[in-house]
Amino acid sequence: MSDARRAYFGRRYIISASHRLHTDALTAEQNRAAYGKCNNSHGHGHNYAVEVLVGGPVSAETGMVVDLVAVDKAVQERVLDRFDHANLNLDPLFAERVPTTENFCRTIFGLLQNALPSGELEQVRVEETENNFFECVREG
Amino acid sequence: MIYLTRRATFSASHYYWNEAWSREKNEQVFGRCANKNGHGHNYTVEVTVAGEPDPVTGFVVDLKWLKDVMEREVLAAWDHRHLNLDAPEFKHAMPTTENIAIAAWKRLEPAVTAAGGARLNRIRVYETPEIFAEYRGGQ
Repeated sequence: MSDARRAYFGRRYIISASHRLHTDALTAEQNRAAYGKCNNSHGHGHNYAVEVLVGGPVSAETGMVVDLVAVDKAVQERVLDRFDHANLNLDPLFAERVPTTENFCRTIFGLLQNALPSGELEQVRVEETENNFFECVREG
Repeated sequence: MIYLTRRATFSASHYYWNEAWSREKNEQVFGRCANKNGHGHNYTVEVTVAGEPDPVTGFVVDLKWLKDVMEREVLAAWDHRHLNLDAPEFKHAMPTTENIAIAAWKRLEPAVTAAGGARLNRIRVYETPEIFAEYRGGQ
């Protein structure tokens, strides 16, 4: 039980944020066609559920893959403080990219990738609503 | 390949304490979980098996059979028990969510493999709705 088997630790967080799906690369009509009601010029919001999955060996001393408090701290400082109760379109990371949940998911993965005290970031899953979600998985 | 998951819940108590460490270090590393009077959770365990649907029944595995295996191998040992004191696998290993996922795999894998057909693919254990651990076997 205390050997260095690989396991995964997961934690869920909530981010309330607004966004608008729109790109200057398309005309107004094309934006409406591509994004539908998500192109509404004043934006709209979601309670995003973010699921962070960390993989690694289980420590024989602690029985843990990673310290939950350290994961919380990294997510709080790098992700929640930045995006919770914010407008995603106004964040510099979305200056050149549409804040679709695909791009949001990949952005969160990038912000957390090198911020963990142990283990590797295996997957970030972002649920935009109860009925749609997006996953970004570690490559290799 | 089809992945089929069955979910079950069990309620158990536990605490985290490394006997090799001082009280101060245990309290520093494990925080409130180091209280030796223990505390409890409603755990959810998700068992995923992978395989091809049987050409006759259309089943990857019989869900009633899987339910019975989970009840016999896991719930009977852990439900309404104290994991540190009642479960042999946690006599010398911390009953963290990670180790519970590994222990559930060890309890279920022989029965799933012996049945032939589907393979055990993944165990996910939720300690709370916000905290979970996964084990996918191997090293």
